[in-house]
Amino acid sequence: MKTFSLNGLIGGILIAFLVLTAAIGLVWTPFDPMKLSFTAKLAAPSAAHLLGTDEFGRDVLSRLMIGAQASVWIGFLTVSFATICGTLIGLVSGYARGWVDGVIMAVNNALMAFPGILLALGLLAVFGANQYGIIFALGIAYTPSMARVVRGAVLSLREREFIEASRVMGNGEIFTMVRHVLPNCLAPITVLATSMFGWAILSESALSFLGLGVPPPAPTWGNMLAAGRPFIQQAVWLGLFPGLCIALTLLGINLLGDALRDRLDPRMRGLK
Amino acid sequence: MLRFILSRLVMALPTIVLVSVTVFALIRFIPGDPAALMLGDMAQPAQIAEMRTELGLDKSMPQQFFIWAGNVLQGDFGKSIVNDEPVLPLVVSRFAVSAQIVLVAVLLASLIAVPAGVIAAWRQNSLTDLALVGTATVLLSIPTFWLGLLLLLFFGLKLGWLPVLGYVSIGSNVVGGLLYLVLPIMTLVIHEAGVLIRMARASTLEVLRLDYITHARAKGLSESAVIWRHAFKNAFGPTWTMIGLILGNLLGGIAVIETVFTIPGLGRLMVDSIFARDYPVIQGCLLFVALSYVLVNLFVDLLYPLFDPRVVAE
Repeated sequence: MKTFSLNGLIGGILIAFLVLTAAIGLVWTPFDPMKLSFTAKLAAPSAAHLLGTDEFGRDVLSRLMIGAQASVWIGFLTVSFATICGTLIGLVSGYARGWVDGVIMAVNNALMAFPGILLALGLLAVFGANQYGIIFALGIAYTPSMARVVRGAVLSLREREFIEASRVMGNGEIFTMVRHVLPNCLAPITVLATSMFGWAILSESALSFLGLGVPPPAPTWGNMLAAGRPFIQQAVWLGLFPGLCIALTLLGINLLGDALRDRLDPRMRGLK
Repeated sequence: MLRFILSRLVMALPTIVLVSVTVFALIRFIPGDPAALMLGDMAQPAQIAEMRTELGLDKSMPQQFFIWAGNVLQGDFGKSIVNDEPVLPLVVSRFAVSAQIVLVAVLLASLIAVPAGVIAAWRQNSLTDLALVGTATVLLSIPTFWLGLLLLLFFGLKLGWLPVLGYVSIGSNVVGGLLYLVLPIMTLVIHEAGVLIRMARASTLEVLRLDYITHARAKGLSESAVIWRHAFKNAFGPTWTMIGLILGNLLGGIAVIETVFTIPGLGRLMVDSIFARDYPVIQGCLLFVALSYVLVNLFVDLLYPLFDPRVVAE
């Protein structure tokens, strides 16, 4: 249990730092993140520009702060989309059983037969490469895993006595589902949603890196890396800091996810 | 055993059909008329109508699907809108480039990570375990495209040991070709080792708690015999499944690595086709990778009894 608290603590601090940075960026950044300055092109980190400037003389720190917002926002919306849709689908499928379950799970399994990022790429071709395209594409790509986890939990829960009791007491199906089944699914949902937040941030930055994400000049960590790539030999910081932000965020989410799983998933106890 | 193999093969069939339907449907959702897209901005309505008939777009959706599926079964994936090349040979040649990187990387990562994970589990809560798990968690948190950039910066630009941009096929120049593959493979090995160390450790820990391990120890077997002969065999199953999933995921996600190292692989082809709205190629890539994913996992499933004979009995 000692490693649990340490993991959780470090992860929590990293994620708190990310959210805080994004929040501060809403009201204040050291410089205007979009302001071009041809006198300060590719300036190395200094007292004026703590993390240097990019090929257009824009302040890297300010752009990273705005990029943090993009990551948090896209991650949050993607996970919310996948969690809400996946939970609804899983609840209905697990609770209804029979042919409804059969059809839903067939479609679900077909979608799960695609690697997530591939499905997202295909969906991006449909929605178009922009911020909302990414949210829908990733949201849809992640929904099947959430649906599967929730359905599994519902299937085992619905055989339990307290669900039976709720029905015997004359409660409706929907009431039983929302009041008794759903709260008991929250642990696996939380664990999966935490991992998904990491997947979403990683995929968003990868897609932006490929040029299929949030289009420039709006900064995201992924498109900053892509834009800085031709200059990394003269300006190492352009290749260093955005990647470091992504890596630290993912590390935070992974550590936090481990801690949550240790705590919420009894099968994992003692394994860590 | 035969029944096990047959049942797995039969189980894969509906998945393959559903995957094809999904790919077909997905492409039909792309906004815009494919016929108009193929003919360009200057096309006359009559030409577009003719093209629609030629492509079968005037038929009903189910009819279109069966025509398409029939063509696919005969190896006809259509033609690229951009350069009129047939899609299948294009996809296959690019796939070969990606597959050599992914296969070698996953093999090397497994060879390093699986023993490391087993050792971490064996020495649970020791300094070695802590160091291995810590390293693994850090490695899997580093996005591959950033790691690739850093390696490129260090080994390519700073030390000048390895070529930085471009690609030479191994077929045309063995040594040169290999040099171009070192960095992309190294990037993937480092990242995937992180995932596999944790998986191998977790599944080994689960097995080490079982009674038969205590029994093996109690009857005086050496620790190495307990770990490698008794625990490892039972613990490898989940890791083996994970290796299959990683293989498939890498085939889908290799576009970023191919972009960093400018390698003309399948991932890059797909991304370029999305930019060019070359929908037959997008469709071909999607279908090809999704089917390879299904087949890789089927293959992994079929070999699973080698590590865990209990699945056949079930």
